[in-house]
Amino acid sequence: MSHRYIGASVVRREDPRLLTGRGRFVDDLELPGMLHMAVCRSPYAHARLRAVHLEAARQSEGVVAAWSYADIADISRPFPMFLSHPALKAKMYEALARDVVRYAGEPVAVVAAQDRYLAEDALQRIVVDYEPLPAVASLAQALAPGAPCVHPDVPDNVAAHFAQSVGDVAQAFAGADYVHELELRMQRGCGHPIETRAAVAQYDPFEETLTLWATIQAPHRMRRALAALLDLPPQRVRVIAPDVGGGFGPKAQLHPEYVLVALLALRLRRPVKYTEDRLEHFLATSQEREQLHRVQVAFNRDGTLVGLRDTMYIDVGAYTPAGVITPLITQTTIPGTYRLPHLHLETYVTFSNRVPMTVVRGAGRSQAVFVMNRVVDHVARTLNLDPAEVRLRNFIPREAFPYDVGLLYRDGKPMIYDSGDYTACLHKALEIFDYPAMRREQEAARRQGRYVGLGMATFVEGGGLGPYEGAVVRVEPGSGRVVVHSGAGTQGQGHETVLAQIAAEVLDVDLAQVEVRTGDTAGLAHGMGTFGSRVAVLGGNAVYVAAQQVRAKALRLAASLLQVPPEEVGWENGRAFVKREPARGYHLGELAHVADIGMGFGMAAPHPEWEPALEATHYFKAERATYASGVHLVAVEVDVETGQVRVLRYVVVDDCGRVLNPLLMRGQVLGGVCQGISEVLYEELVYDEEGQLLTGTFMDYHLPTAMEMPAVEVDHVETPSPLNPLGSKGAGESGTIPAQAALVSAIEDALAPLGVRLYEFPLGPRRLWELIQQARSA
Amino acid sequence: MNPQQQRVVSVIVNGREYTGTVPTRKTLADFLRQDLRLTGTHVGCEHGVCGACTVLLDGQPVRACLLLAVQAHGARLETVEGLAAADGTLHPLQQAFQQCHALQCGFCTPGLLMTLKAFLQENPAPTAEEVREAIAGHLCRCTGYLHIIAAALQAAAQLRGERA
Ligand code: FES
Ligand code: FES
Repeated sequence: MSHRYIGASVVRREDPRLLTGRGRFVDDLELPGMLHMAVCRSPYAHARLRAVHLEAARQSEGVVAAWSYADIADISRPFPMFLSHPALKAKMYEALARDVVRYAGEPVAVVAAQDRYLAEDALQRIVVDYEPLPAVASLAQALAPGAPCVHPDVPDNVAAHFAQSVGDVAQAFAGADYVHELELRMQRGCGHPIETRAAVAQYDPFEETLTLWATIQAPHRMRRALAALLDLPPQRVRVIAPDVGGGFGPKAQLHPEYVLVALLALRLRRPVKYTEDRLEHFLATSQEREQLHRVQVAFNRDGTLVGLRDTMYIDVGAYTPAGVITPLITQTTIPGTYRLPHLHLETYVTFSNRVPMTVVRGAGRSQAVFVMNRVVDHVARTLNLDPAEVRLRNFIPREAFPYDVGLLYRDGKPMIYDSGDYTACLHKALEIFDYPAMRREQEAARRQGRYVGLGMATFVEGGGLGPYEGAVVRVEPGSGRVVVHSGAGTQGQGHETVLAQIAAEVLDVDLAQVEVRTGDTAGLAHGMGTFGSRVAVLGGNAVYVAAQQVRAKALRLAASLLQVPPEEVGWENGRAFVKREPARGYHLGELAHVADIGMGFGMAAPHPEWEPALEATHYFKAERATYASGVHLVAVEVDVETGQVRVLRYVVVDDCGRVLNPLLMRGQVLGGVCQGISEVLYEELVYDEEGQLLTGTFMDYHLPTAMEMPAVEVDHVETPSPLNPLGSKGAGESGTIPAQAALVSAIEDALAPLGVRLYEFPLGPRRLWELIQQARSA
Repeated sequence: MNPQQQRVVSVIVNGREYTGTVPTRKTLADFLRQDLRLTGTHVGCEHGVCGACTVLLDGQPVRACLLLAVQAHGARLETVEGLAAADGTLHPLQQAFQQCHALQCGFCTPGLLMTLKAFLQENPAPTAEEVREAIAGHLCRCTGYLHIIAAALQAAAQLRGERA
């Protein structure tokens, strides 16, 4: 085989268009006669809608339509949920609020006008008569006795309650040397791709087809939902995710605006565009992260963990578009890399009057990893042991794989870690870090009165979630170009490159001969989307298997044409040939030609075994999740007078199974680490007691810049997954997942001389300074 | 202010002259994207923080979301579409961005390229720290910036080599 691409740092083929301004982002699309939609949103977190007056807006210049719920009542219905759960009291929104608004920013009316300026002018002229209702503005408030209720038929605001156990926790606790209690909390944050949400919808009455171009992660799911909500047959709906300017979770969700834009296009018979502004993104695009954990941990004098009880509270906001996915992920990610024979995990999901919680890169896992690693650090500190040592003593050993944790994962399957070597990961990281030397430096710094700390966190990430992802691999007759269609769209991960690498290697052709199309429901009948670090696993293996099928088909065809047994046919450079007579052979393009029109002049199948069309479709199904793992090691210095944290060193060692493209993998890790650090030091969504968002611009909600990003050293351990032929595991989120825990671990270590204990994030300067002051005055 | 008021705007964009009538309230970003169909300039926040909309106005980086089209009247503008050579050869910055994997979704990229173009003209031999500062007015959610810094340094070296 002369074309080896899998595992090579191939530069991206999508780059030239993105670097020259020829990217194809949704807002770049301009269609003749296109209207622009603007959304009137509730200023209240909770209010009854008495009346929506649209007359003035309808008279406004350039306005073609202005709708409130009354105008869509004939078709409107609650949105379908992505995944339901028996324990969940599901609550879904409609495209426009019907009689009650439940978060500030909820769509109440829409306007379609000649351009966006005119549409926004018209919004000013909409008059809504609201009757404000008391709001639930936080998780604590949701649970408080006598709290207002978000949904009248859920008087305690508890949307779901479920639990899982392993072993016998009570008995384990009774026999342990220590049982300690901790409370840990995390605040809300959001994904913030730099491209906000956008969509263009067009109805073609000739083809009777609705097309939606949208900045989304899961086109096929969007098509299913649109077809269901608009009473259209799915085959009459086409959804295309062209270049998407970052996803990070929220773009995998079914937000109301997509349905509104489609419905306007359908009814007005004109193309309609919607581009959200950043303020709307803050208000109305789903968020994540807020949780509260009450943990009891039982451990012995030697630092071994015996058992753990965790009661977790997680707020989903006003509705449940993502069901209990995130709560389930957190619940099951708690044990992580550690052997915990006795576990009781209990979860309460609450409603509040805030924009729905769905997923943000790291989805639910960051919080669990935070909880578990803070617990392990707590054990180390209590026993005066080194935190790395306590980890090594509690790791699931390499020999134990496949390892059954005893829980059911969010895919409903037993949580069985497929492969891993946690000890090797930590050892490698400690070595790169030169841990003993760093500890000595820390000592020296402390003697100078500097607050330097070392921290670490280990994680396991269940990724590659099913049920499936598909691929079509097709060879064009004549030219021999290989076209790959994948159901999973791309938001910058480089799927066009990675999937091409796989197809080119299997077919042994030049990379330039392969063209990859993603994110178009017309390319492939079924698909799931890009989320949960699943594309390299499911999408990648689908291409791998489909390409192999094409190759096998090509070989069979060549053998029959060359009139030799198949085992005498060789394959090289995209060409089949007789092994002992290499000059006799056929190129892929020639074979595709024969497979297309047959041979000779009769248009008859040339041969009883002849198979038409040199192409294959394969849906790769996930037997169960793959489990990536890794460790982050961090050194920080804290300025105790200001609460500022400076990251001195950052080392990542992870195991994502077989790495398909190390350059792109490194890119994923760096971006993920940046986001994780940022969630601790910079980002925080603040709501007041009435549920009003106080941090609604980039001036108030800080994203990190190049000034804040430390150098990061990245390395890998590879334990290929036995669950798929490529041996891959997900990689899209592993940079983010342990970053918060590792950083907070280091900050706490830096402040250990002051006795500061940290069980929360974010920890911006103000909050950290406050905690330092508290410790000093105690 | 009358929102419907129109005015004639003439600009030179990437060496070509354009004249058009625009509402006075239209931003420069919208003018470039909608009227001139130069959609390489992106809009990420519309409040001057993310830097995605950065273009060069008479050689200086400006935020096209914070300027009105009428304010650019008579100016010489450069956008990402004008960065590569006429024959399509990528600018050293564009090449380095690809080689160093300095872009993922590519949404922030055009703005960064324009800022860096102006910066490297001013400071052809920057340190990594200086590059960090130069791009501190840009938000990128995908890359974690390190590859962007590496790309800027690599492009600077290449540009110096060509001049020498
Ligand atoms: S769009 Fe202009 S700075 Fe963000
Ligand atoms: S590459 Fe996506 S925002 Fe920078």
